[in-house]
Amino acid sequence: MATTTTRPTTTDRPRVRRGRWFAEVGWKYPVAAVVIVYAAFPLVYVLSAAVARTGTLTGSTELFRTFSTANFEALNASRFWTWGVNSLVVGGATAIGSVLMGAAAAYAFSRFSFRGRRGGLTALLIIQMFPQMLAFVSIFLLLLALGDVVPALGLNSTVALICVYLGGALGTNTFLMYGFFNTVPRELDEAARIDGATHAQIYWTIILRLVTPILAVVGLLSFIATFGEFILARVILTSPERWTLAVGMYGWVSQELNANWGLFAAGAVVAALPVLLLFLALQKYIVGGLTAGSVKG
Amino acid sequence: MSTQATHAPAATGTGAPEPHARRWDGRGGGFLVKLALMALVNAVGVSVLWAAYAQGSWAIFAASLVLLVTADWVYVSRRALPLKYVLPGLAFLLVFQLFSMAYTGYVALTNYGTGHNATKEQAVDALLIQAERRVADSPSYPLTVVQRGDEVGFAIVDEGDVRVGSAEEPLADVPDASVDGRRVTAVPGWDVVPYTALISDTALQQRVVDLRVPVSDDADDGSIRTREGSTGQVYSSALVHDEAADTLTNTETGAVYRATDEGRFVSADGEALAVGWRVNVGLENFTRAFSDDTYSGPLLRITVWTFGFAIATVATSFLLGLVLALVFDDPRLRGRRVMRTLFILPYAFPAFLSALLWRGMLNANPDYGIVNQLFFLGTRIAWLDDPVLAKLAIIGVNLWLSFPYWFLVCTGALQSLPGDVMEAARIDGAGRWRTFRSITMPLLLVSTTPLLIASFAFNFNNFTLVYMLTGGGPRFTDTSATLGHTDILISMIYQLSGVAGGRADYGLASALSIVVFVIIGTISALAFRRTRRLEEVL
Repeated sequence: MATTTTRPTTTDRPRVRRGRWFAEVGWKYPVAAVVIVYAAFPLVYVLSAAVARTGTLTGSTELFRTFSTANFEALNASRFWTWGVNSLVVGGATAIGSVLMGAAAAYAFSRFSFRGRRGGLTALLIIQMFPQMLAFVSIFLLLLALGDVVPALGLNSTVALICVYLGGALGTNTFLMYGFFNTVPRELDEAARIDGATHAQIYWTIILRLVTPILAVVGLLSFIATFGEFILARVILTSPERWTLAVGMYGWVSQELNANWGLFAAGAVVAALPVLLLFLALQKYIVGGLTAGSVKG
Repeated sequence: MSTQATHAPAATGTGAPEPHARRWDGRGGGFLVKLALMALVNAVGVSVLWAAYAQGSWAIFAASLVLLVTADWVYVSRRALPLKYVLPGLAFLLVFQLFSMAYTGYVALTNYGTGHNATKEQAVDALLIQAERRVADSPSYPLTVVQRGDEVGFAIVDEGDVRVGSAEEPLADVPDASVDGRRVTAVPGWDVVPYTALISDTALQQRVVDLRVPVSDDADDGSIRTREGSTGQVYSSALVHDEAADTLTNTETGAVYRATDEGRFVSADGEALAVGWRVNVGLENFTRAFSDDTYSGPLLRITVWTFGFAIATVATSFLLGLVLALVFDDPRLRGRRVMRTLFILPYAFPAFLSALLWRGMLNANPDYGIVNQLFFLGTRIAWLDDPVLAKLAIIGVNLWLSFPYWFLVCTGALQSLPGDVMEAARIDGAGRWRTFRSITMPLLLVSTTPLLIASFAFNFNNFTLVYMLTGGGPRFTDTSATLGHTDILISMIYQLSGVAGGRADYGLASALSIVVFVIIGTISALAFRRTRRLEEVL
C-alpha cells in the first residue's frame, strides 16, 4: 500500500482524476464509516440504555429516545460503589506490586551475572506460557488450607486475592521489562558505581527513572487485566461485599428472568469510562507493550 | 535498601568537587526503610509460624519457616545480591503459581472432592458425630456456659451438684460453685457467660452448639451437648471406632463397616458411610475422564470445540485486523488518528462488560435483543440457545472484541517493514498483489507469529467470554453433567470442580487441568522452536 500512485502527467481531465482518487483513496472513507459503526455501535447502545427511562435494556431499541438519570441514581442503592472500590483496591495493589517486583527482578536479570541467571530466564519464559488461572482448583484448595491458619490469606479475603494475582506477576511482566532494561546503557550504572553509588542507589535513582515508560505500561496493563479478571475473583471472593465489579455485575444480568439491564448499563458506563479514557489516552505506550507479547484479558 | 559497603564519595579530596558529580551517600533513609520492611516481614512471618504451630499445620509451618529464613538471610547477607531483587516476586511465584501447579498434579491423583474432603481421622470424627443420638431416657440438665480465657465449657446442675467440664476435660464435681435455682452463678476458675451475652454473640453460639463435654473418661458414656445454651442432654454415638481392626461398628444394627482403599467405610453388604477421606487413586481420574460415559462424550466434543473456537477466533480477528491495517495504513488518508481511536474502542472497553452487554443485545426476543430488532427485522433468532448459533455468536463477539488488537499489531508491523525491500520489489516490477504475497506477508508473519500463538493460548482458556456470554449453554441433552455446547475445557473444569457450589470433584477437575497444561505446553514449545525467541532474548 506504500506504493505511491503514479499520477497521469497530463491532468486536464479533473473528472478522471477524481475517479482515480476514489478508486485509490476515497472508497476508504465509507469503509471506515462502516467499521466505526461496527466498533462503536454496542458502546453507543449501552450509553443509550444507561440514560433510558425504562429500567431494562429492553424496549430501548430506539437509541436515546428518553433521557433520565434514574439508572445512575439506582446505582447508589446497589453495591456498585463498594464493588468499584474493591476493584480499584485489588487492581491498584496488584499493579503497584507487579511493577515493583517485576522491575526488581528485571534489574537483577539485566545487570547482575550470577549462577542460574540463564536458567532463571528460561524458567520464567516457560512459566509465562501457563496461565495461572488454570490452576484455580488448587489455588482454591490452597487458600482453604491457608485460611485455617491465617484467615487473612484464606478464602473470601481481598488480601489473598491480591497475593494470588501477585503470584502471576513475575511470570507475566519480567520479560517485557527485561528487554526494556537492556536498552538502558550500562555505562550509566558503571559511572555511578565508580562515583560510589551502591546497587540500590543505582536501581532506585538511575534505572527506575529511565524506565518509567515501561513501568507505566506494565502497571496499566496489569491494572486492566486485574480489573477484568473473573474466574479467580469469583472462586476466591464469596461474600457480596467483597466482590469486584466483574463478579458483582455478572450477578446482575446472569439470571435471564430478573436481569437488571438498566442498572447494568449505567454501571457499565461508569465502570468502563475510566479504563476507556486511560487506554485511549495512553494508547501509544500500551500498544508498544501489547505487541511485545502481553495479551489483555 | 543499601547493604553494600559504601565507598567514599569520589569527588572529595583535592580542590572543589567536580560540578557534574553527584554525591552518593550510603546508609541513609533507604537503610531505615529496609530495616522497617524487614521488621514487618518478620513480624508477619513469626505470627504465621505461631498460628501454624498452634493449628498443627506442619506443611504451612515448614513452608513459612523456609521463606522467612531465606528472606532474612538474603537481606542480611552481602553475598545474595541478585536474590535481593528477585526474591519478593519469586516468593509469590513459588507459592501461588508453581506450588499451585504442582498441587494440581497431586490433587489429580487423589479422590479429593465431596465425600472425600479430609484426612481419615477427620472423617472418623465426622462420622462419629453424625451418628450421635440423644441417649434414650437420659435426663435433661440445667446448663450454664462458662469460659476460661479462650476455652468454653459447660457447668451443669446434676441433682443439686455442680459439675463442670470442657472439650478436653470430662465433667467433674465443683463443690464450691454457687447456684441460683437452675442457673450456676459462679464457678471458681471459670467466668460465667450470662445468657444475654450468649444470645448476642453468634460466634460464641456456634462454638457452644459444637461443644461436646465428655461425661466421663470413658468415651462410651457419651457427652453433654446443648441446642440452646440453657439445658444439656447426654448424647452418644451409634458408631464405635475400633482402631486396631480399622472398623466402625453400628451398635444399634450391629453392622460392621470396614475401611477400604477407596477412602470409605463399607459394610459387608456394600453399604458405604457418607463421609470418606482422601486417598491416592493413581490415574483413575484420567481414565474416568476419558472412559466414563458421563464425561468422555462431552469431553471429546468440548475439546474439539475448544480448538475450533481458539483457531476460528484467532483466524477471523487476525484477518480482519490485517485487512483493516492494510487499507488504513495509507498516508493519503486524512483523520487516520481519529479513525484509529474509534476502531480500537471495543478493545479499550473492559472485556467482561462487553461479553455481558452482547449477552443482552443477542437476546432472542426482538423486544429485548437489539440485534434481532435492528438487523434481522424483528425475527426471533435464538442466538444463545441454539448449539450452532451460540457457537457463531461466541466467535462473532470475540471477533468484535479482538480485531482492534490485530489492527494495532498489524499496523505497527507494517510501518516497521524495511522500506528498501519494498522499493526493490517495486523496481523489479512486482505488482501490488505480488509484493503483498511475497514480501509483506512473510515479513509480517515473522513478527506476528509469537503473538498469534499467545493469542491462541489465551483464547483456549478464555473463560470470561464463554461464561459471561453463554454460560456454556445450551446444555447437552445426552449427559447428566452440567455441560453445554459452547463450554470450553476451562469452563468444563470449572463446572466439574464444584468450587462454585454443587458436587465437588477436585480430583477430576485437576486431572483435566493437567490435560490443558499439557496441550498448552506442547503448542507453546512447538511455537518456540519455530520462532527461536529463546536465543534472541537470552
